[in-house]
Amino acid sequence: MDVQYFIELFFSGLTRGSIYALIALGYTLVYGIIELINFAHGEIYMLGAFTALLVAGVLGIMGFPAGGILVVAALAAIIWSAAYGFTLEKVAYKPLRGAPRLSPLISAIGMSIFLQNYVLLAQTSEYLPFPRLLPDMEFLDYIDNIMGPSDFLILVCSMLAMVALTIFIRYTKMGKAMRATAQNRKMALLLGINADRIISLTFIVGSSLAALGGVLIASHMGQVNFSIGFLAGLKAFTAAVLGGIGSIPGAVVGGLVLGIAESFTTGYLSGNYEDALAFALLIFILIFRPDGILGKAKVQKV
Amino acid sequence: MNILARNDAQTDGSPRPVLVVEGLSRDFGGLRALNDLDVTINEGEIVALIGPNGAGKTTFFNCVTGIYTPTEGQIFLYDANGKKQLLNGKKPHIITGMGMARTFQNIRLFGDMTVLENVMIGRHCRTHAGIWGALTRNARTRREEQDTIDRSYALLETVNLAHLWNESARNLAYGAQRRLEIARALATEPRMLLLDEPAAGMNPHETQELEALVRELRGRLKLSILLIEHDMGMVMSLSDRIYVMEYGSRIAYGTPEEVRNNPRVIQAYLGESDDA
Amino acid sequence: MMRPVSKALLASIWFMLLTFPVMGIKLNTVKQTVEWQFDRIILLGVAIFFLSLLWNWCFSRKGRGLPLIALPTGMGARLGRLCSLPLRDGRSRAVSLTVLLLVMLIMPLASSFYQTNIMILAMLYVMLALGLNIAVGIAGQLVLGYVAFYAVGAYAYALLNQFFGLGFWACLPVGGLLAVLFGLALGFPVLRLRGDYLAIVTLGFGEIVRLTLLNWTSLTGGSGGIKNIPGPSFFGKQLSIEGNTIFIYYLVLLAVILTIVVITRLKNSRVGLALQALREDEIACEAMGIDLARVKLSAFALSSCWAGFAGVIFAAKSTFINPASFTFMESAMILSMVVLGGMGSIVGVVIAALILILAPEYLRAFSDYRMLIFGAIMVVMMIFRPQGLVTGERRKYRISALKGEQA
Repeated sequence: MDVQYFIELFFSGLTRGSIYALIALGYTLVYGIIELINFAHGEIYMLGAFTALLVAGVLGIMGFPAGGILVVAALAAIIWSAAYGFTLEKVAYKPLRGAPRLSPLISAIGMSIFLQNYVLLAQTSEYLPFPRLLPDMEFLDYIDNIMGPSDFLILVCSMLAMVALTIFIRYTKMGKAMRATAQNRKMALLLGINADRIISLTFIVGSSLAALGGVLIASHMGQVNFSIGFLAGLKAFTAAVLGGIGSIPGAVVGGLVLGIAESFTTGYLSGNYEDALAFALLIFILIFRPDGILGKAKVQKV
Repeated sequence: MNILARNDAQTDGSPRPVLVVEGLSRDFGGLRALNDLDVTINEGEIVALIGPNGAGKTTFFNCVTGIYTPTEGQIFLYDANGKKQLLNGKKPHIITGMGMARTFQNIRLFGDMTVLENVMIGRHCRTHAGIWGALTRNARTRREEQDTIDRSYALLETVNLAHLWNESARNLAYGAQRRLEIARALATEPRMLLLDEPAAGMNPHETQELEALVRELRGRLKLSILLIEHDMGMVMSLSDRIYVMEYGSRIAYGTPEEVRNNPRVIQAYLGESDDA
Repeated sequence: MMRPVSKALLASIWFMLLTFPVMGIKLNTVKQTVEWQFDRIILLGVAIFFLSLLWNWCFSRKGRGLPLIALPTGMGARLGRLCSLPLRDGRSRAVSLTVLLLVMLIMPLASSFYQTNIMILAMLYVMLALGLNIAVGIAGQLVLGYVAFYAVGAYAYALLNQFFGLGFWACLPVGGLLAVLFGLALGFPVLRLRGDYLAIVTLGFGEIVRLTLLNWTSLTGGSGGIKNIPGPSFFGKQLSIEGNTIFIYYLVLLAVILTIVVITRLKNSRVGLALQALREDEIACEAMGIDLARVKLSAFALSSCWAGFAGVIFAAKSTFINPASFTFMESAMILSMVVLGGMGSIVGVVIAALILILAPEYLRAFSDYRMLIFGAIMVVMMIFRPQGLVTGERRKYRISALKGEQA
């Protein structure tokens, strides 16, 4: 076996997997709090990528330096995606608290279709090129074919984001309130935690992470399209389920496992069935291990 | 036309068992929710299962009706000919078909369907029309359907809901919903009826009516009835025998008089001031 | 009065800021220029202002338990009465039904080729929506990959014709049967799944079917699809393109009528009651002696067979199929018809399917926005009218004890 090739595939899987993990965190956070599969989460990621592209485009035409553009575009993407996520929850999910379980899911599917077509109509159906903003990183030269600048950026940024999230959840007051709400909403309410605010916060945090993923993938792939959210969202959801939905470390592990599995399938078998693999994995897990690798089985209450 | 009529096979005076539970235990994770329970219900008996909240009464019902599988122990149901049948590992719908019916503590009606339809669904396991019958609507299907409708309506009359037959089940008052659940359970033609807190949320007048209904069911149908109930007045006046549970174990059983004077029962109840 | 207005103002500002990048910036990458589109932002702000007022008004009505508009309920009942004609007797009803049927019969002869084609498409969607309604609306099993069964039907005909030369009439039952088999194949493993997981699994299933069709190039021709699929033969003769279209029109019309009759009977039967009970409460359903596995599998089988039939007809009608016709968006579109029409309501779903297909065809302004509107419909319906446009479609029962009395 070619070791070099193996390592290449492994790292390209790791890169992909980090993006899945970033998006999967949003699914898992929301599911942990309100038990909803936020079907429109993939569109938030797409909106993040699009916002970054537009902002970067404007700044580029105005002649700002590349490094600065990337930072500003990423910030803009995070802010706007967070705002989209916040609004999404207020418009489409909040009115459905206490409705039958499938109602918010249908609403989420509707929102996903709506947001895709909103971008399609407001912008274009074509793939837009994302400007090259990354500086050459000389220290990467000797591992050139294993990791390019954008891979490096993805790994570093997603790792930083996950560390930041962990610190936020573990040690800040808001993060603790979030965990409390996830464990027992009624109890949290009794303790004076404002559930509505926690839910909004969850959407904001999840959307920001997705936006970061969107910017990173856009600069990696070099193009953006209105439809990229659907597949990425589904795969990230697969990752979240793989790791045990509701579990934060699970989402990260699930994302990385899925990314590496995909990369090896593409590398050793065929690129054609890469997506089918992800779906097959999703179905397989939901049916045989619906609580994921790290999740615990629950007993249904009667 | 009356499903409540059933030929009486009883000859000698000795009680014949309907439901026998031996050494039933059920674990959830590391927690033992039911611990080595023995329960026997005889034909035509009204038996109450009481105990503080969390004692495992509803878990017991769920094991008996097949929703949970027992960790240990055996559950038997006797059929009309006195044949003993093991229930362990059988699916809920099979157990219902064998003659066990139940109501739920947190009412589980089919809310969007009409009162009559709710009862008709109870007839499902006693009827046979399939997809072919539905498409052709042949004479047999139509006859069976009309029979289902009429029997269901008769049951609604029994529980005093006939006038509301075309309402949505969710629009019914609380007490009426509980009675509808009983009618729905009766439609499955049970030998053994399990009632989970049938009087919860009822006013005193409704409770009295319920008591009369339960007596009537036993009298007319020779139904055996096991009920979980917190209303002690009702339990004491209605039951032939009482089982008392605490922390998943049986701590006492006997006639109402015996249970009332049992020191362990008194202790269990005095320890739980918010109950009973 | 001030609070809603200031709220609406706030919402309008918020949405103008929110949509600013996507709506307001248009990049011209070739000329390296930015087009600022402030007019669109302003327009959107104004629209949001009024929408927000409407939104709040709707919520206040909903909060007070009032119907949103007086019309839909009254109209729904009236439409329901009008459309459930085939189920009842009564001379005037029979007359209006006959008129409707006559109009439908004359339509392809009196109108253009183009319009006949649109009607065929609309009626195919009526079939699909009615079929999906069995699983989603009646039995409460959210199936997101319904289009897979449609694809199975279409490819069954296309492939059997290509490789074995089988004709339309032979393939019609085969397509339906294959779809049923696929439905059962999907149904078995998902029996124990909860509602939302079931939805995702069926979505994944639909995508796998599509990806397989796309990538199994040697068999299916991949994205190029399959061409030259013959239309149905008419007593052994192949018809011209125009004749073929008219023939298919009548065929679909018959199929739709058959679908409506069959599904109505099914819904009102013992099996139908069990399906509805499944939607309402699975645990109570089991406790009433209903075999969940059996009922769920029936729901899948009964639902998927219509998609199979529709698929065969679709392939015959379009003479060319490729995987692009069977994306998730199709499934979502069919689902939105069920949601709009009313879960479990046959009349409602027929009307919704007709509206959602015909409106974009005849109102050009609509057509660009159709998927946007489909998405919005799903959200708005769930919030304000989860039961759908047409409700109260209830079966009448005759009780022997109440001689003559009927409700």
